[in-house]
Amino acid sequence: MKLNVLDVTLRDGSHSVRHSFTVEQVRAAAKGLNASGVPYFEVSHGDGLGGSSLQYGLSKTDELKLIEAAVSECTTSQVSVLLLPGIGTKEDLQSAASLGVKMARIATHVTEADIGAQHIELARSLGLKTVGFLMMSHMAPVEKIVEQAKLFESYGAEIVYVTDSAGAMLPKDVTERISALRQALQCEIGFHAHNNLSMALANTIAAIKAGATYVDGSMRALGAGAGNTQTEVMAAVLERLGYETGIDLYNLIDTANDVIAPLMQQPQEITGSSLILGYAGVYSSFLLHAQNAAEQFGIDERDILMKVGEMKAVGGQEDLIYEVAQNLASKREVVP
Amino acid sequence: MKKCKVGIIGSGNIGTDLMYKIERSPYLEMSVMIGIDPDSDGLKRAAKRGYKTISNGIDGLMDQLDLVDIVYDATSAYAHKRHSELLTAANKKVIDLTPAAIGPFTVPPVNLREHIDQPNVNMVTCGGQATIPIIHAIHRVVPVDYAEIVATIASKSAGPGTRANIDEFTRTTAKAIEMVGGAKKGKAIIILNPAEPPIIMRDAIHVLVEEQGHEEAISKSIHEMVATVQKYVPGYQLKSEPIFDGNKVSVFIEVNGAADYLPAYAGNLDIMTAAAVQVGNEMALHLQQKEGVL
Repeated sequence: MKLNVLDVTLRDGSHSVRHSFTVEQVRAAAKGLNASGVPYFEVSHGDGLGGSSLQYGLSKTDELKLIEAAVSECTTSQVSVLLLPGIGTKEDLQSAASLGVKMARIATHVTEADIGAQHIELARSLGLKTVGFLMMSHMAPVEKIVEQAKLFESYGAEIVYVTDSAGAMLPKDVTERISALRQALQCEIGFHAHNNLSMALANTIAAIKAGATYVDGSMRALGAGAGNTQTEVMAAVLERLGYETGIDLYNLIDTANDVIAPLMQQPQEITGSSLILGYAGVYSSFLLHAQNAAEQFGIDERDILMKVGEMKAVGGQEDLIYEVAQNLASKREVVP
Repeated sequence: MKKCKVGIIGSGNIGTDLMYKIERSPYLEMSVMIGIDPDSDGLKRAAKRGYKTISNGIDGLMDQLDLVDIVYDATSAYAHKRHSELLTAANKKVIDLTPAAIGPFTVPPVNLREHIDQPNVNMVTCGGQATIPIIHAIHRVVPVDYAEIVATIASKSAGPGTRANIDEFTRTTAKAIEMVGGAKKGKAIIILNPAEPPIIMRDAIHVLVEEQGHEEAISKSIHEMVATVQKYVPGYQLKSEPIFDGNKVSVFIEVNGAADYLPAYAGNLDIMTAAAVQVGNEMALHLQQKEGVL
């Protein structure tokens, strides 16, 4: 059976390197991914097109320059971009499309699919492979996910993703959600994991068994929080399980070793805080912001993340972190 | 003093909320609610309160123009274009609550009187009304190179118009951050949060200032501005003291609504409609003064 692996190192990994990817790094990674036969890979700011901001982190290099460099290295691989309506706009998508991008993934919080209708319609009209990406899928019950996925399909999405942005799901949660979508939808289904509870690969396999045909990974797991499913490990495991990915394992491992390992700013491991992200169900890219805020206000970053989880924050609400940190610090001061 | 007669086009969340606020204005008199769905909650409420209602949209209003001096448009950017052309040609004042931005942007604590004699003024967006006063408060102390706002609102408070045209929010807000707030470059982000009970509207404002070292003056200016906004939106408040980090200033605010139509969490609705009433009041005064001169 054929599976489509989509590598997100150059998008989700952007969080891990604080949005500092350079044209040279992207070019080298793109060349390796293309040579390894990875069918799709994504390039954008970590928070999608237009994500460069004080709220999420400013891009060191304009993402359109990075996308252009990536596209120029591709002979077989196709470049994808992520867009979060409310952050990026239709103009951003048009600019990316004009550079030769072939896939657009329109991402909304799991209950808010309708804010992506126009962007999905635009992506289709631009001839892009179009994906609806339901973020923080752990926060909604199965019926709600089905309802929202159907909306995406009705706007024209060709693939709908269940996205475990907080790395909070366990394999049974994945099986339940993907199976329900498989029954309810005509279009293809994808799965995007984070490894905060060390479940990324197990969840990915559960997704495939339940009917997902698109799966995300990142080299060296480079991504927000504890990172994603590690692409090169996933490729090896999928081959052992008897699935066809078309990926040349050695080439991919070489790219991970020679291009990605040297640019990593910290080991992509499950730290105490990234574990808390999964445990409390918090958006993975909050991690480094919580670390900064904890340092600035002299408090425990785990306390910030637990509180943010209690407040049911959704993706993009990084500003809450600083406010929570300041409040925690001021409460501590009044305690005798 | 004779009050100015007001019409509201658009019987959705914003238009209905606006109706209740106009009832409290000393200068404005609620006259007619115009919608396109006779069964809409807004039209029913207006009729029940004794106002004229029109359920065939702008065309119905054009037959009874003597009902209005000032018309608020709370429909959509797309529909507003035609409404504005028809109404301004008939010499009616138009206050635009859609992101159409045909007329100049008005944010009351910054430029309430600047465009008061224009035929059409635009109220930017809810996020713009909540954040541009703060950007201006910083800018009047030290020039702002860049300003960015992140508005987080309860999913329930975002109607179908907002949802279908979310790019218009970011585009219009960013433009007004520059034109009214004074920032050299502006950016806007909007996030919808579905949590239950619904979250209160909150806004983060991140600004890069031209030079460091004005922390005390900036804080003072922000606090003064918050007090100014509170005069028409009492639930507008700082969530914490401004955070300074090099030349970056971050301000967090929360907007509790007056719960006229939607509950208090929908501060995004209130700040828009309350600001629009401020503009209407000022316009009414201006119209009366003009008549007085004549």
